[in-house]
Amino acid sequence: MISTIALFAGWTFMLAGCVFFMTAALGLLRFPDLYSRLHAVTKADTLGLGLLALGLVLLDPTWRSALLLMLVWILVMASGAVNCQLLARFNLEQHPAPAGTDPGTDPAPDPAPDPAPDPALNHNADQGDTSGVS
Amino acid sequence: MIWLASIILLSALAGLWRMTHASTIADRLLGLQMLSTTGIAFLLLLAHWQNNAIWRDVALVLALLAAVITVALVQMLRRRT
Repeated sequence: MISTIALFAGWTFMLAGCVFFMTAALGLLRFPDLYSRLHAVTKADTLGLGLLALGLVLLDPTWRSALLLMLVWILVMASGAVNCQLLARFNLEQHPAPAGTDPGTDPAPDPAPDPAPDPALNHNADQGDTSGVS
Repeated sequence: MIWLASIILLSALAGLWRMTHASTIADRLLGLQMLSTTGIAFLLLLAHWQNNAIWRDVALVLALLAAVITVALVQMLRRRT
């Protein structure tokens, strides 16, 4: 009974870890900026490996393997955090303008909110003008 | 088990693609980190899959090297420029 629950929970954790790895790969391929890619990869990768290690511990509950998996996960967590900060700082030193580091960071969100208030304002202004004239 | 391993290898392929098609060197190092983490996950999975505990030690050594390599490369590049 207990082993069945542990088996089911272990496979669920491993599947969740693989979903997080897939998310990290998708973010690495699709995000436009280096900083967003750093954000996606370092966090999702670390969490995916942690969930995978937890699932493997539940599938194979011996002390030696659990200790080794926890050591690997702590190493990956530390290296992920350090590497994220280090790479972001290094890239900021190499390319000091934060907006011009990579193509694809055009001010695209700006034109979208602008036309929405504009017709209403023009309409109101026209109405006010016509009512004022007439 | 083979499906999980293939998902992890596809993520490693994404890291490899980012390493080869990158514009800056920080991008390449980010792809290297993705590749090393997926490599560690694949080795841990392989240890359970093949029922051979030696792959866990290999994954531990790879985690130790991956913790050092980015720091060493960034230090070298910063000293060179």
